[in-house]
Amino acid sequence: MTVRVQTEDFDTGAEIARLRLARPDTGAVVSFIGQVRDLNDGSRVSAMTLEHYPGMTERALEAIVAQAKSRWNIFDALVIHRVGVLQARDQIVLVVVTGAHRGEAFSACEFIMDYLKTEAPFWKKEQTAEGERWVDARTSDEEAKLRWKEDAA
Amino acid sequence: MKLLYFARLRESLGTSAEEVVLPGSVTDIRSLMDWLSARGGQWQQEFSGNRPLRAAINQALANESATVQNEDEVAFFPPVTGG
Repeated sequence: MTVRVQTEDFDTGAEIARLRLARPDTGAVVSFIGQVRDLNDGSRVSAMTLEHYPGMTERALEAIVAQAKSRWNIFDALVIHRVGVLQARDQIVLVVVTGAHRGEAFSACEFIMDYLKTEAPFWKKEQTAEGERWVDARTSDEEAKLRWKEDAA
Repeated sequence: MKLLYFARLRESLGTSAEEVVLPGSVTDIRSLMDWLSARGGQWQQEFSGNRPLRAAINQALANESATVQNEDEVAFFPPVTGG
């Protein structure tokens, strides 16, 4: 299973070990962990709620992983994304990519995160001292995605 | 057609899902948005094009010119903010 959407926390060490040990010809393991910050746009964030579109979320993430696999010579990729109520310092997302060499694994991991940020149907609502607020999408995330269109794979 | 609304849009409209039968004038996402906007009030606020909105047809992102049919599941939502 390469894509999981879940409310419960995940064991990063165990997930990385599972992918690392799956093939003896693996030479590189790249991982990214996203974490809830206690500060955003100048406000203290006490907690956040992640909403998603069940069904489409899994399809979108699977499509992103499939694109990464077709574009780079990697062995496997894993995406775990949490939903529901999260507190500051909670893990939100984990991406793990394995391959023979680091270059392709680094690129594929960044590609997956850039596309996840702009195409996977998740929405964050923050709880702050001033009340609840929906997080606005950032133009910098769209720009980060566009760089992959200019590159020749 | 099954219509779904998420996040800020769901709260603004006060509903997360509904079943509708499309009139003949609705053929694509753009004309579906015009039809929903004609309900007035918050619907007009959200679907008149003043606020950033994304659409999905059968769980795949779609642009405004994408064709819609009564059998489709169509979702509207704000730009995504996961990760």
